[in-house]
Amino acid sequence: MKMEGTSLLELRNVTKIFKGGGVYGGKEFRAVDEVSFSMPSEPSILALVGESGSGKTTIANMILGFLKPDGGDIFFKGESVTSWLQRKPKEYRRKVQAVFQDPYEIYNPSYRVDRILKLTVRKFNLAASEAETMRLIYEALEALELRPQDVLGRYPHQLSGGERQRLMLARILLIKPELIVADEPVSMLDVSLRAVFLNYLEEFKSKYGISCLYITHDFNTAYYIADKAVVLNLGRVVEIGSMEEIVLRPLHPYTQMLISSIPLPDPKMRWKERLELRKLQVKEIRPEKGCPFALRCPHATKKCEEVKPPLIDVGGGHMVACHLYG
Amino acid sequence: MGRNSILEVKNLKVYYKTVFGDARVVDDVSFTVYRSEIFGIAGESGCGKSTLVEGIYRLVKPPGYIAGGEVLFEGADLLKLSENEMREIRWKKIAYIPQGAMSSLNPVLRVEEQMIDAIIDHSDVSREEALEIARRALSELGLPEMVLRMYPHELSGGMKQRVIIATAYALHPELIIADEPVTALDVVSSREVLQTLSELRDRHGTTVILVAHDMAVHAEVDDRLAVMYAGKIIEVGKVDKVFYDPLHPYTKGLIDSIPSIAKKKMIKGIPGIAPSPLNWPPGCRFHPRCPYSKDVCRSEAPELKEVKPGHLVACHLYAGD
Repeated sequence: MKMEGTSLLELRNVTKIFKGGGVYGGKEFRAVDEVSFSMPSEPSILALVGESGSGKTTIANMILGFLKPDGGDIFFKGESVTSWLQRKPKEYRRKVQAVFQDPYEIYNPSYRVDRILKLTVRKFNLAASEAETMRLIYEALEALELRPQDVLGRYPHQLSGGERQRLMLARILLIKPELIVADEPVSMLDVSLRAVFLNYLEEFKSKYGISCLYITHDFNTAYYIADKAVVLNLGRVVEIGSMEEIVLRPLHPYTQMLISSIPLPDPKMRWKERLELRKLQVKEIRPEKGCPFALRCPHATKKCEEVKPPLIDVGGGHMVACHLYG
Repeated sequence: MGRNSILEVKNLKVYYKTVFGDARVVDDVSFTVYRSEIFGIAGESGCGKSTLVEGIYRLVKPPGYIAGGEVLFEGADLLKLSENEMREIRWKKIAYIPQGAMSSLNPVLRVEEQMIDAIIDHSDVSREEALEIARRALSELGLPEMVLRMYPHELSGGMKQRVIIATAYALHPELIIADEPVTALDVVSSREVLQTLSELRDRHGTTVILVAHDMAVHAEVDDRLAVMYAGKIIEVGKVDKVFYDPLHPYTKGLIDSIPSIAKKKMIKGIPGIAPSPLNWPPGCRFHPRCPYSKDVCRSEAPELKEVKPGHLVACHLYAGD
């Protein structure tokens, strides 16, 4: 079925426009503006990095089919998501799974863990018999280092935060999707749990071949697990490259600013120069034309305010949307 | 010691009454904050760091209560003051910025109105004087005066938080307590806010207690850092000592769990889970998760002791030498 070389996921000029109410003066609001990127067919972790308002969650919602793009299209294994959802929605849901921020709210509180997992098996027809169902559930729980006899009879609220997180991952492992869309999955977790979670995402990729679109504002965790990164600013892709390249040799002035502002857990590597506070914008402004970063960019010229810079390849798959490199 | 202390917390206990008995959320905590330093308090969720500063500022509400201890501010025990006397301390001497304060800005009032109201509430000045004070506070923190005429939704997240800090600073308190001031902010906004807090200390000599779960934030701005675990402070020291020479196994685990773009390394996390305040483990509360635990750790709670100059730890590994 699968064509050689077909991307697992591909976004082509995806645009999402929200019609604003009072706050935006009834104007159109381009939450996602002609975004294109892809994930390869072999297992990988792609970090989609952006600050609040960058459109990263809107992109996740479109990939998961909760929102429809107003322009462009999203392809999963060469077929558009719209078509997947019309023709075989269940199969799409099995192949593309979401991981949420708060693993507490996704469970029905009146169901015990065994029922939650059995329903999952039944919904996706993962097993032919009761015995096979239980075997799959045991396998998945044990892979996440949960003791089945300890958790199966309990209600979600009786589990600790760490156990709920593992249970959610066990459920994913049960389903064995091809792609996980994880929107800020660790932002609410304590660091000691965060490490464990990130290591599981890596294990899912290397051991079970599950790819992951890791959506975050945090370069530190992205750098830890992702192979490639897409950097968003106000709904537009500003830079794409290997995770290593983006962190060590960021090209776009926006990426450079983000990378240099990350607090490092090392008192000897404090920020050297001050951010010039007065120059920073006071308001949230979304320019209608030109480069989204032009207002804050130290290198901005007249051209940057007028013309949207296209995403160009500067070599080795490192792409940047900036007139400095045009 | 020899340094000028501004706040001394001694054996502070903040408990919550529950049907299962007292939840000992802050349990016998002692520490000293020196004048004009940024004193960080780190720890994971549920360790009691927010409750600790609420206790210091006397904001604990039932079913919570202060079960004992002293909070000495410039020599006077805040816990013994009357509500009226405490009002004289709040904002004028000690300002407190609660977690999520920036989302409590009123969306339909201009920044000006909100700053003026806060200033009038805590001092005996006219509206005109209050406006002057607000202007002064903004300029002292390097914020443009135009924000006064703006509504909260017109401000970026970082700018909102800095308006909150300016409001807290307006009456020139000697101590500002900020609880997770950068948690909901983007990296660049966080940097602006942390820079603002550092400037308060550098330029105006204000003392800052900074509560944050993110160790990187502490590495960036603190002078000294206290690490909390299960309702207790388990380590205190100069921030570079805590990072480069952590003494407590929990602090070590915490520092080894942080992914960073500065260094690609395997992170492991800390096995096990944080205990509940209703049922702290006996002895050292970290012993069930500690790779070095010995018999004594299971039975006896270690005291917080100075084991290197200015570096305190509560751990039996350092007993006896």
